[in-house]
Amino acid sequence: MRAFEYSSPRTTEDAIRLLSAEGAVALAGGTDLLSLMKDGAAAPSRLVNLKAIPDLTGAHETDGGLHIGATTRLGPLGEHRVIRESFPAVAQAIAGVRSRQVLSMRTVGGDLLQRPRCWYFRAGFGLVPMHDGQSMAKTGDNRYHAIFGNAGDAVFVNPSSLAPPLIALGASATVLGPDGERTVAVEDLYRTPASSDESEFTLGAAEIVTGVTIPMRSSSNATYEIRNRKGFDWPLAAASVAVSDGGARVVLGHAAPTPWMSAAAAGALAGGISEASAEAAGDAAVADAAALSGNGYKIQLARVAVKRAALAAM
Amino acid sequence: MAQTRYPKTPRDEQPEAGVESAETKARGPFSRRQFLRGSAAAGAASAGLLSGILDDAAAQGEPGVAGPGAVDMAFKINGKAYVATLEPRVTLLDALRNHLDLTGAKKVCDRGTCGACTVLLNGDPVYACSVLAIEAQGAEVTTVEGIGSPADMHPIQQAFVDHDAQQCGFCTPGFVVASAALLNRHPNPDQDTVHRELGGNLCRCGTYAGIRAAVAQAAGGGTTNG
Repeated sequence: MRAFEYSSPRTTEDAIRLLSAEGAVALAGGTDLLSLMKDGAAAPSRLVNLKAIPDLTGAHETDGGLHIGATTRLGPLGEHRVIRESFPAVAQAIAGVRSRQVLSMRTVGGDLLQRPRCWYFRAGFGLVPMHDGQSMAKTGDNRYHAIFGNAGDAVFVNPSSLAPPLIALGASATVLGPDGERTVAVEDLYRTPASSDESEFTLGAAEIVTGVTIPMRSSSNATYEIRNRKGFDWPLAAASVAVSDGGARVVLGHAAPTPWMSAAAAGALAGGISEASAEAAGDAAVADAAALSGNGYKIQLARVAVKRAALAAM
Repeated sequence: MAQTRYPKTPRDEQPEAGVESAETKARGPFSRRQFLRGSAAAGAASAGLLSGILDDAAAQGEPGVAGPGAVDMAFKINGKAYVATLEPRVTLLDALRNHLDLTGAKKVCDRGTCGACTVLLNGDPVYACSVLAIEAQGAEVTTVEGIGSPADMHPIQQAFVDHDAQQCGFCTPGFVVASAALLNRHPNPDQDTVHRELGGNLCRCGTYAGIRAAVAQAAGGGTTNG
């Protein structure tokens, strides 16, 4: 790990100022960032710890819904009354993180902004690893890579546990930077980079996510994740479903470079959830999936994840 | 008792590695561990010289920004105060093992995956490899040394002994700390809870059955295997 400067401000204003330095990176739970730094896949010249800022932690109900501060840890959040009673999709995604240590450390903002698990990226080849003009991931081992949004050279998958349920529930993120505060839909935090020089996030320089807000509308919602073992591991496929009077949303995780919203699957659930509509939603979700050379099995897993998330929400 | 199931070997008569007993001390001043501790102290002394120079460089930087050179840090570990002069990039695990002479937490994956480095931070189990030492200042840190001692074992430590819940033993300190945290959260856990709460620790020898039985015993729930 390269040497770096460290700062632990008490206010968001100080945090933004400290993050404006070249090479500065925000530190939250550290469960992803420190490993990236040890692997040489990240080399910040300064870390700005956000966990000592009182305004950024904890969850409380507001007029707009349940506001969750960015440095709220996943473990306590999963036990929050409103999360358990109204947003089981979030509680189930948190329960999927089968490590008490990670639940004690990982934050909401850090989960949303964790970097992809793609082994080419982790080995230092970049998000869009290229060799002789060809995608290394497409020509190499891509068993865990994208089945949607993979027509270009970026074929990593978004690893966030919370993005699928938060997007399904219509949550927004508050973003603070040198130019002030803005609010964006959680799905708009993400984009597909055209090259390794670009970020997979839409955040500008020195911008941080300060929190997310889940609107308090009544919905049937659930998350279903599929792993190759019950223990602590990232899912091979994940889906979150939310169906309310306002319509349905279906979001797949670990499927594309961004959290993947399936309008076709949502359409299948618009009339309500039944055994038949859950089955139809699974089929619709993967109708336009495209396997790479080694990940065809993920299409069936994604189909089943959508179907079972819908049945769990019923 | 599990340790009487097999014939004794000469190795069984040896005191457990890392245990400071009257017996180890009686063997003379040159045990491997004591030798290593002496070398570490000499290393720390020369690191102290260097850090004085780096401190001066760091002092000229932006207010509220520490490093990249070594800075003075203060910790509260197992109820005792510790000080060290470390770079901000030093993890809590490396600070414990390499600078504070607390070698109970083990360094295995160093990537927040295996759990061998588990310590408690304000009572919550965390991976010490994925916490910076500088972040742990002001927190109550509990390592396996603070869970219990050979002379005064925590019930979970006695249960690990009773159930032979280790083979190579390298994951054991992490499992002991994680198990103690589990029993704090769930005094009478069912098997699903034990599986879930210990999911962040790996044992490559595969002694999970013994570990689960040890947790059941320490919880007062009997000695059922599995």
